[in-house]
Amino acid sequence: MLGKRIELLDAEKTFKARSGPVQALRPIRLAIEESSFVSIVGPSGCGKSTLMNMIAGLEPTSGGEIRLAGQSSRKPQEGNAIVFQKDVLLEWRSVLDNVLLPFELHHITWFDRRSKRTNRELAMELLEMVGLAAFADKYPFELSGGMRQRVSICRALIQNPTLLMMDEPFGALDALTREQMMYDLLKIFDKYKFTVLFITHSIEEAVFLSDRVVVMSPRPGAVVRDIPIQLERPRTIDTRANPAFQKHVQEIRDVFKAEGVLKEV
Amino acid sequence: MRLGRSMRALSVALTIIGLMALWQIICWAGSIPEYILPPPSDILLRMIEDADSLYRHSLITLWEVFLGFAMAVVIGIPLAILLVYSRYISQSFFPIIVGIHCVPMVSLAPLLIIWFGFGLLTKVLIAFLISFFPIVINTTVGLRSMEKEMLNLAKSLRASSAQTFLYFRLPKALPSIFGGLKVGITLAIVGAIVAEFVASEKGLGYLQLMANSQLDVTMEFAVIFTLGIIGIGLFNLVGWIERLSMPWYHATRKEAD
Repeated sequence: MLGKRIELLDAEKTFKARSGPVQALRPIRLAIEESSFVSIVGPSGCGKSTLMNMIAGLEPTSGGEIRLAGQSSRKPQEGNAIVFQKDVLLEWRSVLDNVLLPFELHHITWFDRRSKRTNRELAMELLEMVGLAAFADKYPFELSGGMRQRVSICRALIQNPTLLMMDEPFGALDALTREQMMYDLLKIFDKYKFTVLFITHSIEEAVFLSDRVVVMSPRPGAVVRDIPIQLERPRTIDTRANPAFQKHVQEIRDVFKAEGVLKEV
Repeated sequence: MRLGRSMRALSVALTIIGLMALWQIICWAGSIPEYILPPPSDILLRMIEDADSLYRHSLITLWEVFLGFAMAVVIGIPLAILLVYSRYISQSFFPIIVGIHCVPMVSLAPLLIIWFGFGLLTKVLIAFLISFFPIVINTTVGLRSMEKEMLNLAKSLRASSAQTFLYFRLPKALPSIFGGLKVGITLAIVGAIVAEFVASEKGLGYLQLMANSQLDVTMEFAVIFTLGIIGIGLFNLVGWIERLSMPWYHATRKEAD
């Protein structure tokens, strides 16, 4: 199954503050192809999380329209899955039950034993894939940060998403775990072929993972550059040594310099 | 882990024995008359001697405590849910609840006696009124403790509001609710005793009042000891239920220690 196409038709966001309305996002016009991996990179406060929340239907837009797979969308849709920066695992559920949560909310009725069993098998397969099968019966507090985020990725994947949104999913992890998570994510992306919208403030992360990097600047948030990444897939540990990789990173860094986000002192 | 628990029980027991011994020594060395401060040995002997009467009156007090506490839970928790979900109720009822809590129960007791007589109901009501507040407050705080990201998760999973409550909000609130129940159960004992002081012909409060009127200080202490034992017992009972219903929570806390 192909991933969803995302279209933003002048979607914008204005917050009401005490001192009057504050524009958080200028009208944004952007199309994201089905089954592509697109990163949105920008400094804190540029509204990239707001943008994702609007696409996810978690926050209303103040104007414009958002279309998912051609349909106008204002609410959380089936086939959308989100991985948040905090893993938001439910501490009172075992790892396996956390992964099964989306099913429990929607599919399982108490007499539906058979689907319960196949769902369990599916959940175990996912945990196997991220190397956590042995931890299925543990509680979240027994896991490290990287393991917890892997569980939350499994919880997203079990929904069989056509659009996976990730809001700085590796932001809270240490550098090495973070790198490993990137390789894992690429493997998952190659296997599932859904659309990925990846929010990050790491330029390297965005370039390494994506087919396209959308660069945003703050106050008010706006898209300042849209860069297709010309790096072949599958990407490997050595991709970073590729001159094209370096060139893209430098290109984005230059954009931030021009925008005044990065300053030399 | 088991060894740790038994070690802790041992250290608690030793501390209590040590304090008792100190008390005993002070009584002997200072030759304090027993109508001022009886030594613990006398008190313990008295508790054994009058075990039958203490037991009978304890049962009565326990029953009042249980009914009052149960009423506080049955009314308090749903009220907290309403407070969290209804802006109107939280704005209009909350000040009233705080106001009631600020009234000393002793001053309400005579009124309640006029309305409901000297029977069980008055005592249950006072136990209820005094244990109700911490249960409502803690449950409210717990239900409001759900962070934005968890709410977003629930929304993105397209959970209904009933599901959001049952799967996310309520379990998230459990630690806080149990905190309220632990305070509530001890306050229910206070409420029952206060009520028995004011109007009663049975119960531990009555027993202590009688002992006091006869200057039987040893008996007064015997009642106080009994109350202490009941308090610790009920508190631990709630703690035990808490551990059973939230294995994940205590494990988390242990990690943090």
